[in-house]
Amino acid sequence: MIRIIFKRILLAVPVLLAVATLTFFLIKQAPGGPFDAEKAVSPQVLKNLNAAYNLDASEWEQYTDYMTGIVQGDFGPSFRYPGRSVTEMILTGLPVTFELAIYAILIALIIGVLSGVIAALKRNTILDFIPMAIAMIGICVPTFLMGPLLVLIFGINLELLPVSGWNQIPGDKILPSLTLGFAYAAYIARLSRGGMLEVLNQDFIRTARAKGLSETSIVVKHAMQGGLLPVVSFLGPAIAGLLAGSFVVETIFQIPGLGRFYVEAAFNRDYTMILGTTIFFSAMIVFFNLMSDIAALWLNPRSRDES
Amino acid sequence: MKNLYQFSFLTLLLFLYSCSENISPVDSGLENQVFHFGNGAEPQGLDPHIVTGVPEHHLLIGLCEGLTTSNPKGGSSLSGAADSWDVSEDGKTYTFFLQKNGKWSNGDPVTADDFVWSWKRILTPSLGSQYPDMLYYVVGASDYHNGITDDFNKVGVKALDKLTLEVTLNNPTPFFLGLLSHYSTWPVHKETVLQHGTIDDRNGGWTRPGNFVCNGAFKLKSWELNNKIIVEKNDNYWDSSTVKLNEIHYYPVANTMTEDRMFRSGQLHVTSTLPSQKCPVYIEENNPSLRIDPYMGTYFYRFNTNNPALTDPKVRRALAYSVNRKQIVEKVTKCGQIPAYSFTPPGSNGYEPDTEIPFDPELAKQLLAEAGYDENTPFPKLEILFNTNEDHRKVALAVQQMWQQNLGINVELVNQDWKVYLNREMIGDFQVSRAGWIGDYEDPNTFLDTLRPNRGNNKTGWENPNYDELIHLANSNNNQEERYELLKQAERILIDDMPIVPLYTYVRVYQLSSDVKGYYPNYLDHHHPKYWYLERD
Repeated sequence: MIRIIFKRILLAVPVLLAVATLTFFLIKQAPGGPFDAEKAVSPQVLKNLNAAYNLDASEWEQYTDYMTGIVQGDFGPSFRYPGRSVTEMILTGLPVTFELAIYAILIALIIGVLSGVIAALKRNTILDFIPMAIAMIGICVPTFLMGPLLVLIFGINLELLPVSGWNQIPGDKILPSLTLGFAYAAYIARLSRGGMLEVLNQDFIRTARAKGLSETSIVVKHAMQGGLLPVVSFLGPAIAGLLAGSFVVETIFQIPGLGRFYVEAAFNRDYTMILGTTIFFSAMIVFFNLMSDIAALWLNPRSRDES
Repeated sequence: MKNLYQFSFLTLLLFLYSCSENISPVDSGLENQVFHFGNGAEPQGLDPHIVTGVPEHHLLIGLCEGLTTSNPKGGSSLSGAADSWDVSEDGKTYTFFLQKNGKWSNGDPVTADDFVWSWKRILTPSLGSQYPDMLYYVVGASDYHNGITDDFNKVGVKALDKLTLEVTLNNPTPFFLGLLSHYSTWPVHKETVLQHGTIDDRNGGWTRPGNFVCNGAFKLKSWELNNKIIVEKNDNYWDSSTVKLNEIHYYPVANTMTEDRMFRSGQLHVTSTLPSQKCPVYIEENNPSLRIDPYMGTYFYRFNTNNPALTDPKVRRALAYSVNRKQIVEKVTKCGQIPAYSFTPPGSNGYEPDTEIPFDPELAKQLLAEAGYDENTPFPKLEILFNTNEDHRKVALAVQQMWQQNLGINVELVNQDWKVYLNREMIGDFQVSRAGWIGDYEDPNTFLDTLRPNRGNNKTGWENPNYDELIHLANSNNNQEERYELLKQAERILIDDMPIVPLYTYVRVYQLSSDVKGYYPNYLDHHHPKYWYLERD
């Protein structure tokens, strides 16, 4: 197992290097620059600005400077927000986005696994159809619709919860976490139903039943371990996706997370910010994929033995 | 079982209720004089010599102060860091007498030297300030900024003594006092800037909470990135007795729908704008919070006069005369916008342009025919470039239909990402592009100057030496009446040559709580928070 982890970490280095290099040269190809504005700056001012941010050097020189900086942990200054470094901005937004992702994934797991397992156990009954129909709606309704709907009902009409912000505990955090979590709950519900159905038909479950084990023990101890494997594999990319993809929810609920920086950096051609966030999110995706692989290995005796 | 469900449901409601704030920020703000301000986007920063946007201006107007300040009710500038000023007879020398009790937020006195150093900083090329041209009217400023001289003593700004500042201009510039209420000309605290960097350091940490020192009515208390900036009353401010608010909380709410919801749930006193689709609804409902104020801005279409199809002024006039502006504001924008028949919005500091742009499809057809286009030689396909935005698309669709219907021209709409759109405009890769211009100071020059040759914001390729000469003459003239007459002549040339088609004059649309007092409509949309207070009728 340790060998596999070590191998995967080693593999991550060229992956991240390729991501950084590709992103660096691709963003330079995009038309428009960080200092283009409706009120155009004079050529003299543009020259000064390019000099201030080393953009007047050759692309190769800029690339080597940037990569040297990254190795030293310096993602450079933000072009859009003078006086702020990209590292600082990532570190400011990350805890918020991470907290939101954790709440969302917890909600997704609780709702998703519970309804998926029940649906599998009560296959082709109303307890299967209703949760699965809701799951389908959850997959189909995008967060930019779900968020404002929840705000309209709980924030504006019932006046039960704040409509935006990330300050009070836990009022502010309920609606965004639900909005983000619900979409993932739907996927998890379908995955866990499928996984459970497959496992419940296997011989060792029949053996367990024949031995007279209680249904709860069969489901919790034996079936879920194998039945939830697809969910575990899904969790790695899902958490990474939650971190990188929380932009919509962060915007709807005015949450000071990282997702907004990520998307706005691209619009603003904030080169260093685009690079910093892309490299950071790539590292997160690699990390969480590794985590979910480790968890899957640990849960699945067959692959554990093979490893 | 049914009772159990009811109990669970009630418990959930109770839990949710306990999660909400019982008093909304707007209600609690009334008691503590804490103002909650919807500020659009996250400000780039707080260095007045570096930043450029509207959200930044909203913050800086409270934190720092120039020699003059904008009049909250519009019109001539009021005293700011300068208590009074004298203007020489030729209109070229301004002597400013600073406030005797003018202080920085750390208690240091505000001196004339502070202004000299600050202006030197804006004009230092390596700082990369984007608004140095605001000071180009000062003798030697342009030369210093463009590296022609490195001797700042040659620039026409001198500290005569601790509290007297003398500024010498190239020409009498009647709008010079107005320029001084623009944040790019405001002072910064030399010692603080140098403590955290050099004079040309764009990334110095002096604007951070705890470091920030400036001379405005408020001082920076905290700054949570992308969440909230709090400023509090500055007791060292020379006019602190006027200031009634204790704190202002600025929220960077980029999404207009979110901002609308925040306002409706009592989280904001004022919004930065209003979702455009809500405007007609709120007008219909007579929403008491809706504000539609005059605004010194023009929405227009730019012609690329270097494009073979658009070189002939007759073609450009034909296109302009076939647009029904009234229909655009009544049926498309639907939020109180005013049809525009001049580039400069009427009423800019008493300036009333007398140009006309008729909606006359017959005349338009005739002009197009005179330009050599008829059924046998149809006008080539035309492309309207705009940045991706639903409101711009709607206007473009209307213009497309009008040109097709009235002139039989085939028009294609091209929307691009903001930066791509700017880039294409800049390199002249367009035929017609949508544009907007907002005045920096209350004078027609802020509009007409942009279309002079070699101005970066011209972007049309249009040059007219007579136009240029008239503006030059106007800005060398110290008599406002004569000056306006020259500018009107220039405007007539502009509308005759039609390198741009004005479509409508902007309005400022936003929501304002009825608790807010001292927030007056004005043409530049400059609202000084020192006059605001909260009171429920």
